[in-house]
Amino acid sequence: MSPSNTDVRKVARLARLAMSETEIESARAQLSGIFNLIAEMQAVDTTGIEPMSHAQDVSQRLREDKVTETNQREAFQAIAPQTEAGLYLVPQVIE
Amino acid sequence: MFNSSLRQLGAVLRAKKISSVELTQLYLDRIARLNPALNAYITLDQEKSLAQARAADERLANGDATDLTGIPIAQKDIFCARGWLTTCGSKMLHNFVSPYDAHVISQFNDAGAVNLGKTNMDEFAMGSSNETSYYGAVKNPWDESRVPGGSSGGTAAAVAARLCAAATGTDTGGSIRQPAALCGISGLKPTYGVVSRYGMIAFASSLDQAGPMGRSAEDLALLLNTMAGFDERDSTSLQRDREDYARDLAQPLDGLRIGLPREFFAEGLSSDVAQAVEAAIAEYKKLGATVVEVSLPNSGLSVPVYYVLAPAEASSNLSRFDGVRYGHRAPDYGDLADMYEKSRAQGFGAEVKRRIMIGTYVLSHGYYDAYYLQAQKIRRLIAQDFTDAFRQCDVIMGPTSPSTAFKLGEKSDDPVQMYLSDIYTIAVNLAGLPGMSIPCGFGADNMPVGLQIIGNYFGEARMLNAAHQYQLATDWHSRTPQGCKETT
Repeated sequence: MSPSNTDVRKVARLARLAMSETEIESARAQLSGIFNLIAEMQAVDTTGIEPMSHAQDVSQRLREDKVTETNQREAFQAIAPQTEAGLYLVPQVIE
Repeated sequence: MFNSSLRQLGAVLRAKKISSVELTQLYLDRIARLNPALNAYITLDQEKSLAQARAADERLANGDATDLTGIPIAQKDIFCARGWLTTCGSKMLHNFVSPYDAHVISQFNDAGAVNLGKTNMDEFAMGSSNETSYYGAVKNPWDESRVPGGSSGGTAAAVAARLCAAATGTDTGGSIRQPAALCGISGLKPTYGVVSRYGMIAFASSLDQAGPMGRSAEDLALLLNTMAGFDERDSTSLQRDREDYARDLAQPLDGLRIGLPREFFAEGLSSDVAQAVEAAIAEYKKLGATVVEVSLPNSGLSVPVYYVLAPAEASSNLSRFDGVRYGHRAPDYGDLADMYEKSRAQGFGAEVKRRIMIGTYVLSHGYYDAYYLQAQKIRRLIAQDFTDAFRQCDVIMGPTSPSTAFKLGEKSDDPVQMYLSDIYTIAVNLAGLPGMSIPCGFGADNMPVGLQIIGNYFGEARMLNAAHQYQLATDWHSRTPQGCKETT
């Protein structure tokens, strides 16, 4: 199936990507080509096949519930766009 | 010196015939001469490299050197290295000086290897030509009008041009093997879970795997010995006993059963590549191997399956780049959503946005079953094909890439054509198997051809043995590009 401009606009919003109308149109054209490639999958009968989500059939390893990380706030915040008093600054969300 | 193997370099360093500082300086000087034309490196930092070399010389003097102590290698810019700019080929991380080391980096640091710099790559490892890098395309050292392949194109070009003794790569759908093939070097993607992904910037976590790239299988074995091993910081790292990947190198190939998948020698394969690969198979027969035809009936679906699963995982992984904690933030914005949308729109390039869009789409309400779940089911069929094939053979061989290196710009406007250049490599990632590429001759316009060797799970030592024995009998792997022949 080919996505419409409305689909592309919706996906861009979900993906938090600002896109101009020109970019939406060119994205739609390229996504259509890719979805034609992907469409090949639809003809395959996969009744009763278990989905394979991972390369190895191993279960998630568990660890003891204790603190292992050391505090490196200063090192991590040294590369942040904007911080103050140990906090990351973003535009106000709640009035 | 630039054509020495890692073992030879280690020996001359330990014998004090050359110091690591001298060797590192030789490489840095060569990089200064040859890299401007190739653009194989994104970041160089002479001071840091030389400081590591001085530390290595101390270890060598104290007699606590490892196989790699003092040897100058390069790191793909996908690996976080403390104090080094780590861009992943993206504008998004143009200012990201990593505060920590990836597991792979700390393994090499512990071994005393010297980091010469961070190699160029397709943005977030998404590409097969290295043309999606924000830092400019890499040129193929064999012909600078051609691509080096991708995404580990900078590493492949640097190894081919002798701008490092060896280097690292990562492979999600062929990103070690395809550039290795196109640049005439050797590269190995291990079994999924063998090398820790900690600190390796994530693209598609169920497929990403780091591996070594170098000039010979023998070098790859030494590098893999350093890279592999359990790491509790990666939840998919496998708890296995350490192995010596060089242990079987010297074994003869008598009785080796090679499976040739008929689907890999069908329509779409260039005749020059087919000829070189067939000649390599003939050489293997001379070395005592037997050949059996096998079938991977679902392998043709690997490209469509991959272009659902990899973008789906990428759209999730790349949601962390939001302009809040690190990386690019748009200079002007209104509210929080506007800051996210503008930072991401400015920070990501066209191919990355395309894949985020595909991934978001296939995971969105109403499409999940038809695309994502269907792709995961076919992934199992593809993996099962390999399990069936390995009942009849020890390794599978075929072409790494359907053609030799293509021209810069030739496929960059046609994503689907670009995606199809990974048609023989992707299935291996989907199944989680190990795969490698070694040089096996030259095709049209004298461009290198790669032979792909696929092993069963944890079959790395067997594959390296097969590759090494071939490299003892042939000299394709020691050929050097014309412009890079100067040596000292």
